[in-house]
Amino acid sequence: MARLTNDNVELAREIIGRYPRPKSALIPLLHLAQEQDGHLTDEAMAHIAELVSVSSAEVLGTASFYEMFKMEPVGRYMVNICTNISCQLRGGEELLAHAEKTLGIRPGQTTSDGLFTLEDVECIAACTEAPCLQVNYRYEHRISNEGFDQLMNDLRDGRRSDIPPHGVLAEIRQHIPADRRAGNVTPEDTVIPVWVAAAGEGEK
Amino acid sequence: MITDAPRIITSRFDRADSHTLAGYEATGGYQALRKALSMGPAAVADEVKTATLLGRGGAGFPAGVKWGLAPENVWPRYLVVNGDESEPGTYKDRLLMERDPHQLIEGVLLASYAIGCGQAFLYVRGEMALAQERIATALNDAYAAGYVGKNILGSDFSVDVVLTWGAGAYIVGEETALIESLEGNRGMPRLKPPFFPAAKGLYMQPTIVNNVETLANLPWIVTNGGEAFAALGAETSRGTRMFAVSGHVKNPGVFEVEYGVTTFRDLIFAPQYAGGILGDRALKAFIPGGASAPWFFEEHLDLPLEKVTVDRAGSMLGSGAVVVMDETTDAVKACLRVVRFFARESCGKCTPCREGTTWLQNILQRIQDGYGRPTDLDLLMDVSDNISPGITWPPKQTTICPLGPSAVSPIASAMQRFRPEFEARIAQAEEARHSVPVNFTKASSHG
Repeated sequence: MARLTNDNVELAREIIGRYPRPKSALIPLLHLAQEQDGHLTDEAMAHIAELVSVSSAEVLGTASFYEMFKMEPVGRYMVNICTNISCQLRGGEELLAHAEKTLGIRPGQTTSDGLFTLEDVECIAACTEAPCLQVNYRYEHRISNEGFDQLMNDLRDGRRSDIPPHGVLAEIRQHIPADRRAGNVTPEDTVIPVWVAAAGEGEK
Repeated sequence: MITDAPRIITSRFDRADSHTLAGYEATGGYQALRKALSMGPAAVADEVKTATLLGRGGAGFPAGVKWGLAPENVWPRYLVVNGDESEPGTYKDRLLMERDPHQLIEGVLLASYAIGCGQAFLYVRGEMALAQERIATALNDAYAAGYVGKNILGSDFSVDVVLTWGAGAYIVGEETALIESLEGNRGMPRLKPPFFPAAKGLYMQPTIVNNVETLANLPWIVTNGGEAFAALGAETSRGTRMFAVSGHVKNPGVFEVEYGVTTFRDLIFAPQYAGGILGDRALKAFIPGGASAPWFFEEHLDLPLEKVTVDRAGSMLGSGAVVVMDETTDAVKACLRVVRFFARESCGKCTPCREGTTWLQNILQRIQDGYGRPTDLDLLMDVSDNISPGITWPPKQTTICPLGPSAVSPIASAMQRFRPEFEARIAQAEEARHSVPVNFTKASSHG
């Protein structure tokens, strides 16, 4: 896989069409490429650069800022264990140590069977449910060592069909029907909105 | 004081269908939108001003006032929703997006109508797949039902609400960094002034950036009136607010309580809230408003959850994140963990933050690992002072945004209260250094 598939190009054009400036679609498009290939390839980034009319360097510049974008292949399942303060207080670091031991890898590494990549992540907004983790950005709350082992086994044995492979984020996409669209507002659209004008608030 | 104030934004959380259009409509959903369309945009803005709804993202700036900062007669204006919840300890916006997405969308519509925005961007944190799915579904349903898009409910009000999402960067929660991200760039904050978003934001146009929880309050305010909202809470903190209580408590959870009157003690100890400290141990410290906030202690428990009071006491309610540490907590370890967060999340734009937070982490790490030096505590304070001159509250900053100074908060707190723990760790390290066997040093000096 390299460039975006025809289906994904069509999706990409729909996404670009929702923004007043094409470059604003960059992050969603990078997610789309990662969904297709599991990580970001140079070819996909070059293709995205063409689609939004910027240089490949600009695409890489943006992509390399954000942690979720992976420039190298990763496991089918990204296992992100939170060790930030609320989780630390409730055993997040011990959970991470258990995961390292049972998977035989350190954070940032991938198991030799290509199934799991482990990450030691910052707060994922489940602080009252500590310790917590995400697998491909799906939450597991208040997880014990035993619960972790069970989860890994379930993933290995294909019992967690609710968790798609790494790269797939939301499985439901926004679609704006053509007849319901209000249309993009570009910085060049300097006229007062009709409902504001109608209310006689032009001087506000 | 524990009150029986109504639950404003979490009222549907107990319903299994709270995230669906049918569930929302069955519980009064989109009635505020109908009412607003008959009121006119100025009247809606006035209700929000009357409510004195403080922003729930962290800074606590009044939403109505923020809306009014957009320069007159400069069009177009944009609305950007900040759903990039990632301040350690904070867990509320994700719940609002997952469990009641239509309430947020209705809030976005009301704000867009009042401010005069024809396009709004709802920016959800990248790591929140379920929230993205729930909002995508809700938007698709709301478009089909005529609540969003062109000529909403047959009126002359039209707005597109675009779901967009990030890719993992705490700093994008800062509003100018969020705008950069939304323009497809690295999420680095812009220098303010001149780029206050209300004047020059997205595409250099007037842009209002509001937090998810802030906007979720709007349907209730429009339905019940700004005065009804302002009747709840204290003078400078109206309405209700969500607080996440995490850490060493018996019943960690997210609770919507009356703002300004409920106290930290109520929240941490009352059986209907967090239920007290785990194992009935003693309290060591608590963070009152997310990792950026200076820590509070036993003597602060009876303070109300009220913005001005907490500010004056030397911290902040921030993003409504209360993290409780019991007496067994290792202050050095906890402090290191919070500082490490800021070091990892520094965007690298400003030198004091990029270099300073990294050095703070390195120094704390060696103290924690048993290699601390007697000069390290002064060094910590010196580096902190270079990031945030004077180490005061509210913090001064040598940086564009408050991330760097935020790393100073835990150090200032821990050093003020638990300095002996740091000193003991360093003394142990010293002892270990001096107890190296003579033969060993001899042998190593021979290479």
